[in-house]
Amino acid sequence: MNFKAIYYVNQFFGQIGGEDKAGMEPMFKEEAIGPAMGFNTLIKEEGQVIGTIICGDNYFNENKEDAMEFIMDIVKKHNPDVLIAGPAFNAGRYGMACAGLANEVNEKLGIPVVTGMYIENPGLDAVNGTAYVVEVSDSAAGMREALPKMAKLAIKLGKGEELGKPDVEGYLPQGKRLTVFSDKRGSKRAVEMLIKRFKNEEFTTELPMSVFDKVEPAPAIKDLSKATIALVTSGGMVPIGNPDRIQSASAQKWGKYNVANIDALKGNDFCTIHGGFDPVYANEVPDRVAPLDLLKQNEKDGVIGKVYDYFYTTTGTGTSVGKSVTFGKEIGQELKDAGVDGVIVTST
Amino acid sequence: MVKEIERYGIPVVHMSTITTISEAVGANRIVPTVAIPYPVGNPSLSEAVELDLRTKLVKRALTALTTDVSEVTQF
Repeated sequence: MNFKAIYYVNQFFGQIGGEDKAGMEPMFKEEAIGPAMGFNTLIKEEGQVIGTIICGDNYFNENKEDAMEFIMDIVKKHNPDVLIAGPAFNAGRYGMACAGLANEVNEKLGIPVVTGMYIENPGLDAVNGTAYVVEVSDSAAGMREALPKMAKLAIKLGKGEELGKPDVEGYLPQGKRLTVFSDKRGSKRAVEMLIKRFKNEEFTTELPMSVFDKVEPAPAIKDLSKATIALVTSGGMVPIGNPDRIQSASAQKWGKYNVANIDALKGNDFCTIHGGFDPVYANEVPDRVAPLDLLKQNEKDGVIGKVYDYFYTTTGTGTSVGKSVTFGKEIGQELKDAGVDGVIVTST
Repeated sequence: MVKEIERYGIPVVHMSTITTISEAVGANRIVPTVAIPYPVGNPSLSEAVELDLRTKLVKRALTALTTDVSEVTQF
């Protein structure tokens, strides 16, 4: 049976208009429009584009909730096997729209999403591992090259097949890690790689090191005695019983706990679930990992204004960069909204 | 996580033992800590001495938060 695809484009590729139409509300047409037509031809043996959603780039980014309400209604009504968006090339608003709809459609409905973006499109950073993004050129001149690559992924996903690794299948790494079997044990592979390195021979790393961007240092707190300081840890300190079931490695979530009425993280109430270090000492005195006791003391002494009511925690070991970034963004948003002035993050 | 929180303009200090990781990732304010299983503690010390150690480390962290920096800085 042929799989169903729904295609999302902006006002320009949807052949409505240019910048003058960037504020248009989303519409759905039960036919393939613009790039969806060429795409439809590429998948015709196995699938079909049953309709195209067209939305203004400005409208999406300025009215995200309303735009998503419309899109989710259409998607729920037609129940496609795969959603295609873009390719957005280097168009930032378009890329953000593709990322936005991928995040919601994939997270809430579990429908796979395929899109295409130029490597510098800001939308790329906004995708939370919820879409398969094909790397495309920076302008629409690259459409002819982009569509077949996107179609290839869409066909597999539409048929319910799992995709393999990014470099094999042809999409950009999502910041995810996959466990696979190897014919040689790790120690042997590591030594072989090391020997090649010593001999200045070519070798391929099994895990490319992430490239980390710089963040402008935030300005220092001017008056500590009036400041609210929050405590965050990656040491996995949680209330005994781990009520939120935070993982011991490769954390998929973080937790927040009200510490307004306690003076310290006592061993009777807190423990660590972090699987990456010997927990004995942390379980005896959890403050050894997350020094709530000292922050509370500093508050009593008037050195700091206040300890923030909530303590944030997750497990650092084996947690992917992608997830860590997400946690940081989410926690950061809460702290910002709460007017926290400074943060201490402890790691084990 | 440290950097993502800092992106909101809130000063953050990273208290960590493996400072090379902290620096490579780009945390701006770093306080090197004691050991992986007990970053702000030391079970081989008496309670009083250990508390003193923790007091000093947290003091350094608070100093970091009240000090302007232009690049990765250890306190």
